[in-house]
Amino acid sequence: MPENINVHALLEGMTAALRRRLQEDGIDDPLMIGIQTGGVWVAEALHDKLQLQQPLGKLNISFYRDDFTRIGMHPQVQPSSLPFDVNDRHIILVDDVLHTGRTIRAALNEIFDYGRPASVILAALVVRSGRELPICADIVGEELQLSDRQHVKLTGPDPLKLAIQESK
Amino acid sequence: MKQQDIQLDSQGRLRHFLTIEGLKRNILTDILDTAENFSTVGTRNVKKVPLLRGKTIANLFFEPSTRTRTTFELAAKRLSADVLNINISTSSTTKGESLLDMLRNLEAMHCDMFVVRHNASGAAHFFAKHVAPHISVINGGDGSHAHPTQAMLDMFTIRRHKQDFTKLTVAIVGDILHSRVARSQIHALTTLGVPEVRVIGPQTLIPKDAAGLGVHVYHDMKEGIRDADVVIMLRLQRERMQGALLPSANEYYRTYGLSPSKLRLAKPDAIVMHPGPINRGVEIASSVADGPQSVILEQVTNGIAIRMAVMSMVLGRGPEEEAEE
Repeated sequence: MPENINVHALLEGMTAALRRRLQEDGIDDPLMIGIQTGGVWVAEALHDKLQLQQPLGKLNISFYRDDFTRIGMHPQVQPSSLPFDVNDRHIILVDDVLHTGRTIRAALNEIFDYGRPASVILAALVVRSGRELPICADIVGEELQLSDRQHVKLTGPDPLKLAIQESK
Repeated sequence: MKQQDIQLDSQGRLRHFLTIEGLKRNILTDILDTAENFSTVGTRNVKKVPLLRGKTIANLFFEPSTRTRTTFELAAKRLSADVLNINISTSSTTKGESLLDMLRNLEAMHCDMFVVRHNASGAAHFFAKHVAPHISVINGGDGSHAHPTQAMLDMFTIRRHKQDFTKLTVAIVGDILHSRVARSQIHALTTLGVPEVRVIGPQTLIPKDAAGLGVHVYHDMKEGIRDADVVIMLRLQRERMQGALLPSANEYYRTYGLSPSKLRLAKPDAIVMHPGPINRGVEIASSVADGPQSVILEQVTNGIAIRMAVMSMVLGRGPEEEAEE
């Protein structure tokens, strides 16, 4: 298991993969949306490296979670802000860790309440084992096989660091 | 022995929302922050989030209301809850059914929340004391006691314009004595750290215990409004005027109505608020109510976000035993 993951190198790899993907699909002006909080940090870095024209969108998926009645509200998280019209646009959705897939399910539902995008591709810094829904990432920084007891956490925004923790 | 606040659950989270009195600053701040998150929902293509899907909320209005009832209803609908509006003056109380019987019937219909507006002080507390453990009660205004969601939407509006509560002078003008809005505002303002809260009105309309609430009392409006950052006008409840507490509407306007010239005594960037419905030319001049310093219609919009926040907080507390995150 890699103790120290080089986030910087992962971001470079993702940037190159995103460039290839956008070129293949003939997309020249995509919108990028990061999921609060870690996904926004990753999205800020990718947005910068890709030099995208449109401002970065930020999504707080709290109101779309399926475990709301179990974990309650987190008012500290910043509100959603999508400073553009998503209708008929190509969207790059960015998160820090893809685990169960439930966050992405919630994020897609929220995006569709803003409008009907032409397409959505998913970029994740870390894709770990433990999927509970039929969701996969198009652009992957690093793939990790982890047990249920292991957690991967991104801290940031400066510097961005990945750590794997073990719970009892 | 201090009894535990009926509004809080065993972990100190909001279970009912009945009054601001006794709540800690962090709970009020959580409500404001959560409302901030909800404030964008109304501007979207789909003005709805699925948070309270499958929940049933009954609006029990024993007293007429347009703004409060519709904004509670809109808030519940924007959270995807199902809403039942029960206008009780036309319902079974006229057939002699007791409050408690009505409550049991609504429980039997599997409601999850009651929003209660009643002309008797303490009505919402009565409901909260008697409901089944899984049901939450929100006070939509009880007698002259409390109107906590109105006070919180006012705090939200103030924070949006003035940011830091701890540097503000807030003047509340009018019938303080009969106003549940003023009472809740005073508790909210002092809890959030506002150093100078003033109440302005004729002696007959200021409660005797006003000083005990931590406010300064003024009978001269020109003096009281001076250098205020926020001026809150209250509705003159015309029905009280028959009780000889007041001379006439004209006379009232001259002494306590907010005219452009009186407003000039407040800070130049002062905001003017009013919980509605406004009596133009009685407590406020039309030109002030519609003027650039008025945030009266913003208050209405903000009422939806605040009510969404309170509803989602009480219904989304999670289990009583701490769950593992």
